[in-house]
Amino acid sequence: MAKTPVQFRLNGADKAVFVDGGENLLNALRRGVGDMSAKFGCGQGTCGVCTVLVDGEPQLACLTLAETCAGRAIETALGLSDGPNLHPLQTAFMEHFAAQCGFCTSGMLMAAKALLDRNPSPTREDVAEAISGNICRCTGYEPIINAILDAASKRGGQPSGEQGRARI
Amino acid sequence: MLEFRKEYFKDERDDRLNEVGQPRQRQDMLGHVTGRTRYFDDHAFEGLLHLKVLRSQHPHARLRSIDVSAAERSAGVKRVIRAADVPVNKNTLLSLIGFGKDDEPLLAVDKVRYKGEPIVAVVAESEAAAYAALAKIRVDCDPLPAVFDVEDAIKSGAPVVNETYPANTFEYHEKYNHQKLRFGDVERAFASADFVLEERYQMSPIEHAPTETNGSIAAPETNDRFVVHTCTQALFFSLGTAAKLLDLPSNRLHFIGGTVGGGFGGKVDSLTEPLSILGAMLTGRPVRYVLGREEEMLYGCPRGAERHYIKDGVMRDGRIVARKVTSYFDAGAYTRLSSYGAVKCIAHLPGPYTIPNVHADSYCVFTNRTPATAMRGFGITGVDFALEVQMDKLAHKVGMDPMEFRILNAYRDGDMKAHRREAHNCALIECVQVAAEKAGWPIRDEFRRMNSLTGGGGERAVIPATATDEVGRIGTGRPASTPPPRAPAMPIAPPPRVPQPVAAQPRVAPAPRPAPPAPAPAPAAAPPPREQPKPAAPGPQHGATRFSSVFGTRRR
Amino acid sequence: MTVQVKTFGSMSEAAAAMASDRGARFFSGGTLLMRAINEGDTRIATLVRATDPAYRQIRNEGAHIVIGAGARMIDILASRDLAFLHPVARVVGGPAVRAMATVGGNLFAPSPYGDFTAALLALDATVMVQGAYGGGQQTALEQFLAGRDRAGSSGLVIAVSVPRPASADAFRFRKVARVRPKGVSVLSIAAHLPVTGGRIAGARVAYGAMAPTPIRARAVERALEGRSLDAPGIAPALAAAAEGTSPATDALASTWYRREVLPVHLRRLLLGEGGA
Repeated sequence: MAKTPVQFRLNGADKAVFVDGGENLLNALRRGVGDMSAKFGCGQGTCGVCTVLVDGEPQLACLTLAETCAGRAIETALGLSDGPNLHPLQTAFMEHFAAQCGFCTSGMLMAAKALLDRNPSPTREDVAEAISGNICRCTGYEPIINAILDAASKRGGQPSGEQGRARI
Repeated sequence: MLEFRKEYFKDERDDRLNEVGQPRQRQDMLGHVTGRTRYFDDHAFEGLLHLKVLRSQHPHARLRSIDVSAAERSAGVKRVIRAADVPVNKNTLLSLIGFGKDDEPLLAVDKVRYKGEPIVAVVAESEAAAYAALAKIRVDCDPLPAVFDVEDAIKSGAPVVNETYPANTFEYHEKYNHQKLRFGDVERAFASADFVLEERYQMSPIEHAPTETNGSIAAPETNDRFVVHTCTQALFFSLGTAAKLLDLPSNRLHFIGGTVGGGFGGKVDSLTEPLSILGAMLTGRPVRYVLGREEEMLYGCPRGAERHYIKDGVMRDGRIVARKVTSYFDAGAYTRLSSYGAVKCIAHLPGPYTIPNVHADSYCVFTNRTPATAMRGFGITGVDFALEVQMDKLAHKVGMDPMEFRILNAYRDGDMKAHRREAHNCALIECVQVAAEKAGWPIRDEFRRMNSLTGGGGERAVIPATATDEVGRIGTGRPASTPPPRAPAMPIAPPPRVPQPVAAQPRVAPAPRPAPPAPAPAPAAAPPPREQPKPAAPGPQHGATRFSSVFGTRRR
Repeated sequence: MTVQVKTFGSMSEAAAAMASDRGARFFSGGTLLMRAINEGDTRIATLVRATDPAYRQIRNEGAHIVIGAGARMIDILASRDLAFLHPVARVVGGPAVRAMATVGGNLFAPSPYGDFTAALLALDATVMVQGAYGGGQQTALEQFLAGRDRAGSSGLVIAVSVPRPASADAFRFRKVARVRPKGVSVLSIAAHLPVTGGRIAGARVAYGAMAPTPIRARAVERALEGRSLDAPGIAPALAAAAEGTSPATDALASTWYRREVLPVHLRRLLLGEGGA
């Protein structure tokens, strides 16, 4: 069966992929474009490791029909940092040890970004609600919630190059 | 967040360390937050094929016929893999260290022993094509009676789960059907104890539920090797297992991994590598085999269920004088690592307490359930829960504060442990004291003054006269914890003849079984003779001598 | 064997495509269909989609509100007119699921999903179905659900019409799940309890996950009629709580458990006790 071309913007850049009928966005991103940041965890919409933003809204890439994304703006974790400068969420995750195995981290970051883009001053409950669709099996969630709250509080000014740069 | 109690054991510690004790960032953290950490599935391959397996719908059944002809013709299918295609279709994970008998096929041959056991594998251009082909496979089978409870499984007349172990118990060193720990005389101690408490503790299997499911991608590489990207927690272990099952020299395998999306012990069984490599061998293309979420939750190996019977004798003043434990580990249909779990359990008993009389039996039992595996201190964490609940109940029974009760009974340095080793570097008392302080739990001064460095040794360092027994000796019948069997004692059966695949050449013929030892004389009251180090039996797989201090063989 | 996707600009075209291909599945939010495709359901051969903006619209028509079947949970949450349904939409899935899951899809969601539908059932909603040749019909939701899983049901669900509740207080909803805030239901209860002169008049109570589809709890409704909303008043209703239910045993809860806890949660809902 013929494949369908789908064009969209990914992290600000124009992309085009050919998808099979019924192919999900997760596959289109990973195998089509080569963006491996969104992960496969369940294919059912229960774990959230495939969370990406589509036109600013959090969506589960494994349940998204790839061709419905034609013309849309998609954001993944690969688009968070600005060159060598980390996004405040990324810095906060590092500082708060908000990842261990790291498999849920891309999805968590995108869910958090969707929250902070919409609500720059979330309460702890807002944060818990925003990541309620993302399962983490390692951290127990508290470091992640603390990191997101910390990033929200620091987001007022532009992070300086030094502040945002990763400390290895 | 991190607090150092430097007043404890200060004479034993070097405070000049630069790294230990300092908070340091994870080396993979930057990769995690930038989405650049590469897990096994984050590698692109041109011409990637997808493998899915057909799984048994029955917990126990005889396979009469398998018809894959429609699947082979199904659109997008490149290869259907059968049991006969597997070069060495029988293994046990710990054969790599010479422990246990091969008991598990990669693909089922004549029988399935748990619901979900793989029967046939399909390799196709896409997952959808593989699923469509699986739906076209016809399996004819006769369901057999199944057993799901460990104590039912060891009763005489129970269905035989795994013919390699016809009594449904793992056989330790061809001697006993369980692990034994004997120290002193519990029955005499129970008779003179002020209180005796016997309880039963039971847990269910626990699924690791990692966010990343088990999986691997194998691809033909240059130099006639196969590169394998895998989620395994144990690269060398998985490489060795694959090498054995596929009859490949290990230098033809190039395993890349160590980055795991959540393991917790559930990614040590090498569930997918052998088949993905075999798929790559048979098709000449990269093959990806990843468990779906339902497969992972249902058929990915869990922490095995455990049942523990704990009987304690305790004096009015709070001293535990006797502890008798019978543990059953539900290995599911195949050994995997459960044999080792039962060893860890017995090595852990009676817990971090000095108890002068200890009697423990730890069984690894086969049932028609999903084969169990490692998880977070398997063999220890379950029995520890049971022991600590028991400790609370005992404290309540003698009317003592549970923290003080533990401090009273804790090991001190110099005490003789039931395993005939002197206790060193004990710290339970200090841990309990700090925990009590943190919790605002008052404990009396007398107990606050106790410590691990004083009060041990002396009389407590003596190995007591110990009653031993020959219960559960291989070749003499069922374990004593079941009603005495009406049938006569069952001899060990020789390993079943597995029909050898036509093309395969097994690496080495299975080692001949030694004749079962003659039944031992009546238990002696004297302590057993000092054990001589045993030379390891030659491992059949690789020719070199295998040895392990964990499993009772030692190279000095 | 890849799936064929057909996209149409209008609902009537989509309805015609569904009518002409009995095996086709209508793709609304995709949260259920994509899962089935991901898990290898080879029966799904054709997906039909509509990009008609009317499919997503929410229209205030005074005494009732017409919700396009393509309206998602976040669209419900963004609509002030539907404030009474916010407590329901808020507990469907996590944020990403809410940005994808539609009202129409929820009507077809198998137990234990379908909490939003249980709420619509208690509100006496009607379902608007578009026939193949432009005609449409409106069916009471209860009737629609009774015939839902029968093979050969025709037409395309394009909207639901929901009457406004009698008062802000009259409509109540409770979702019982093991994981909070998101989690698939052990059960859910929706109730519309208009009170006149201190007495319940025109009670409607609906359950989710207590039967193969959301159902009305008619014995409870009868037992509440004319009673007061206090402990003695609701006692007969609690006694009749499980009548007519046939809950399944699944990974979340057993038949026995669902029946056992149902009256506890019904009591809490009726008396306004405890958190949602």
